[in-house]
Amino acid sequence: MLESEVPQEGNSTLKGHRKAIYARGADGRIGIVPSAGWEVEEIVTMQAVDDLNRLAEDARQRIAAGLTSPLEYHMHRCRMDVLLLSQATGLWQWRIRRHFRPDRFARLAPALLVRYAEALGLSVEALKRVD
Amino acid sequence: MEFQHSHASHCESGVISSMIRHHGLPISEPMSFGLASALSFAYLPIVKINGLPLVAYRMPPKFIIKGLQKPLGLKMRFEKFHDPEAGERRLDQLLGEGRVVGLQTSVFWLPYMPEDLRFHFNAHNVLAYGRDPASGDYQLSDPVAEHVVTCAPADLKRARFAKGTLAPKGLLYYPLNQPQTPDWSKALPAALRKTARIMLDTPLPIIGVRGIRRLARAIERLDANNVQHSKMFIGQVVRMQEEIGTGGGGFRFIYASFLQEAAELLARPRLNELSENLVDIGDDWRDFALSAARMIRDREPVAPGKLADKLRAIAEREKAFFLDLRRAA
Repeated sequence: MLESEVPQEGNSTLKGHRKAIYARGADGRIGIVPSAGWEVEEIVTMQAVDDLNRLAEDARQRIAAGLTSPLEYHMHRCRMDVLLLSQATGLWQWRIRRHFRPDRFARLAPALLVRYAEALGLSVEALKRVD
Repeated sequence: MEFQHSHASHCESGVISSMIRHHGLPISEPMSFGLASALSFAYLPIVKINGLPLVAYRMPPKFIIKGLQKPLGLKMRFEKFHDPEAGERRLDQLLGEGRVVGLQTSVFWLPYMPEDLRFHFNAHNVLAYGRDPASGDYQLSDPVAEHVVTCAPADLKRARFAKGTLAPKGLLYYPLNQPQTPDWSKALPAALRKTARIMLDTPLPIIGVRGIRRLARAIERLDANNVQHSKMFIGQVVRMQEEIGTGGGGFRFIYASFLQEAAELLARPRLNELSENLVDIGDDWRDFALSAARMIRDREPVAPGKLADKLRAIAEREKAFFLDLRRAA
């Protein structure tokens, strides 16, 4: 890649940050050129972000229908899956899935709520709420 | 000595080269990357990031830091912690002694990162060089950021003790002695040979040139009826290539820069030719990423076979390249 070919299209996911890219200058030496972003990166990043948002939105609708608990929503909001939440809380995956049942979640022990809230970086109050 | 931040392409080579420069040995990011033989390729279907396989374009975390110890006569100390409080105390103690300290962190819990880039990826590296006396925030040099940043203690602790794949467990590292200028005529050819060996001779079919072919096959076999999954899969490959600490094309360009430095130090112009070769291969990787992104956005039909062919062409070129590199070393 030549210095003049370093993408400067702007990538909204970088929020104004610039990346260091190595490219060949006019003298043939390869060195760092700051890049404002490449559309390709934006596309694949937004693909992942959109997919996570879709999962959270889907969970939110199922909460309204009484099919799942706020725990599942917050898990997706925090960009986690059951495996990662299990590793972060030290709980078995099947237990977490059981806590996705609204009736189970409603009578969850305070200690468990604290554990979930800590792993997700939320307060216990926020964990019970869906906005 | 006042700490000097520099913008780098990759977190680990950026942190360790800053650290070594801080300890008095001028070394570029590409030199630390190349000297540690960090260029690679690995397709790891069993290690999952967000439910999709890990694709790496370089050697595993800590490989660069560890790999520089021998050529530079450097002794690094690594410390992990069970208890986050202990990890924080130890960091404060080291900073109090006036050291700069490397840290492994999660990307997700670092608040200064752009929101859309905060995924649960645990093998990020930053360098701590002090604490702001007024706010108590840690002063960090994140090599992929243009300027130094600060981070509140609670956030940094969370990032250092994140759980999941490649969990950092509070890892911190710092040098115990002064790095020395190596004997280039020995260290460089050894590093070149090692990279050629990793790419060509690793007896696992998921590492090196064979790994690229294996990935091509996995892409080819994606279920044609499940376009959504196919898109997520190829998106993941490109994300790992372009996003996660600079990725495939980017690493090829860093290594090409290293080859230029090596050509000069060894007075071997052949390495300059190889460097140009590798820049072209890096461009092929970018071309692959571009095609994949166009398919994800439906600007062209999703055709896994076409992407697989591109990967095979890259595999072929890389094979020829590393054979040449071995000969030149």
